[in-house]
Amino acid sequence: MALVELSTTGGRATFRLAGSRISGVVSLRALTVGTALALATFAVFCLGITTGDYPLTLTEVVPALFGVGDPGTLLVVQELRLPRALVGLLVGAAFGISGAVFQTMTRNPLASPDMIGVIAGAQTAVVAGIVLGFGAGLGTQVLGLLGALVAALLVYVLSQGRGATGYRIVLIGIGVAWMCTSATDYLLAKAMPFEAQKAAGWLVGSLNERGWQHVRPLALAMAVLLPATLLLGRWLRTLQLGDAIATGLGTPVARTQLALLVTAVGLAAFGTSAAGPILFVALIAPQIALRLTASATPPPLVSALTGALVVVTGDLIARHVLPDDHLPVGVVTGVLGAPVLLWLLARANRTGSGG
Amino acid sequence: MSAPIRPPTTRRRGRVHLVALTAGLLVLGLVCLLSIAIGARQIPLSEVVRSFVDPGGTPEDVFAIVREVRLPRTALGLLAGAAIGLAGAVMQGLTRNPLADPGLLGVSAGAAFGIVTASAVLHLTGLYGYIWFAILGALLASAIVYLLGGVGRGGATPVKLALAGVGVTLLLGSLTSAMVLASPLALDRYRFWTAGSLAGQDQGTLLRVLPFLVLGILAALALAPALNSLALGDQVATALGRRVGVIRLGGAAAITVLAAATVAVTGPIVFVGLVVPHLVRMITGPDYRWLLPYTLVLAPILLLGADIAGRVVARPGEIQVGVIVAFLGAPFFIALVRRRRLAEL
Repeated sequence: MALVELSTTGGRATFRLAGSRISGVVSLRALTVGTALALATFAVFCLGITTGDYPLTLTEVVPALFGVGDPGTLLVVQELRLPRALVGLLVGAAFGISGAVFQTMTRNPLASPDMIGVIAGAQTAVVAGIVLGFGAGLGTQVLGLLGALVAALLVYVLSQGRGATGYRIVLIGIGVAWMCTSATDYLLAKAMPFEAQKAAGWLVGSLNERGWQHVRPLALAMAVLLPATLLLGRWLRTLQLGDAIATGLGTPVARTQLALLVTAVGLAAFGTSAAGPILFVALIAPQIALRLTASATPPPLVSALTGALVVVTGDLIARHVLPDDHLPVGVVTGVLGAPVLLWLLARANRTGSGG
Repeated sequence: MSAPIRPPTTRRRGRVHLVALTAGLLVLGLVCLLSIAIGARQIPLSEVVRSFVDPGGTPEDVFAIVREVRLPRTALGLLAGAAIGLAGAVMQGLTRNPLADPGLLGVSAGAAFGIVTASAVLHLTGLYGYIWFAILGALLASAIVYLLGGVGRGGATPVKLALAGVGVTLLLGSLTSAMVLASPLALDRYRFWTAGSLAGQDQGTLLRVLPFLVLGILAALALAPALNSLALGDQVATALGRRVGVIRLGGAAAITVLAAATVAVTGPIVFVGLVVPHLVRMITGPDYRWLLPYTLVLAPILLLGADIAGRVVARPGEIQVGVIVAFLGAPFFIALVRRRRLAEL
């Protein structure tokens, strides 16, 4: 009797741990794509650490990541550049998986947290905290989470009713995002110059001056939310079929939806509190992952990897385009991501599912 | 060109509308006076009136504030409000789309993009250069939005256009911020009007955009009967002897000039063009020959009112009018979307 029973049919591998109920199906293509993405992400991640005012080589960086090297290199890598690169990696993964969950739940490729006001809500709360002066450090994270949750619930509640479709959620999300944005502008106008500058730093997605104090809460949140989302993710497939069928198949629909909403909003909010709104990552990463793996719905884990790759690459590009001025990574992902969005729209229209 | 078919409006209704419009004009006049009186330094209404009637009899400093600062600002609010409101109404008529608004459909973002390109890349200064680039950018953006929103089945549905508008707005916004961050000169101009503000304009600026705005407003008003025919669908309008292509071109030109000239001066202001025509429809029904004049009167009242509110709420500073309008307009937009069917106009 083998410890793991494996069988491969038509590009899928099914496995079962002997004598237990733990079993699953793995798409070989997803596995290959995921591995390739992980390797590419690690390569760009290391490249990102080599660039800066004090150039390093890859042969110096990779050992230094594991604590081998001369003290100067270690200081530069571990204290200055590693946190920044890690924030980019984690934020990208968080946005990617959050977008995948949102898009799958609403059955609409355009309903990602950055399009429907979730991130705008987090921003408003964080800026309110800075300007009105409550909360710092962990307070900021919690504020961002609360703001994102309130915005998400608002969109959810307002889009209920007769004939609620994925598109209604998107349009109402656009309205909520406008409200949050104007509230943020109002707070900025009211603020004292110093606070305004500090708050304005949050309004552009940027990895500049990110240190370990940004990595820790984000890593902690990811350690909790990522496994939770992946475990809940097994219900996503049945939720896709509509509430009635999902209930029939034994999915606890209402509870699962709420839990997924909370984890996806949480990931988006923690990402936003760490690096600001990095535009379009949550929108395009799941769509790219979907096409790479040729699956029916955005695969959460591959979306996370794609998101991480998009952000670290965007940051690398940003630092090469404007080495001294620090072009924020959010602008780069915006410029690269918007055409993808427009292409998605045009495609949805051609197939007649565009609203 | 045959005479347009007259909907059966009775003479009495016409008279009621005329009275209501006159009342609206009176309210608008009052709002203008308030806009001149209220601010960081309060000037009593009697003083405001006296500075016009008897310029010699008013204190020097009051006269300066009224004439140099508040009067141009109020006139700009008047013109900008009328321009955006009309642009929104004509857009809704042309696209038969209840969610149409120059700010939502990317026209404003395109104009902003054109202006920043002019200052960052070509180092242009002076408003005339800006206006032409704003018009170019607005044209480019609306062309993209219509191409994207109009392909596929069902033509340009409200949802498709709104989404294409958001996409184009975000794209141009990213490109704009990239250029702004790379060029300090552009950053200065950009920060100045990015949130949509009526402040800091003098009479010179006003006089330069005046011809554009007046032309656009007249063109929009002249389109009213044609828009009524278009509301019946392209085929019916053609059967009624309208040249649909010409109407669409003229309407697009009017919208572009109005939106671009306004954005060039005030920065992007959203939702006025969306909200006011819908409020007016509750009064007038779908007849554009009444809808457009009402919009012309009510939109400046809303914009100037929001501008006054922005000065009162954050005294002694002020909040840009664009922020206030967006905050008030967004719930209205959501309510529109929540209506069971986004009926075509």
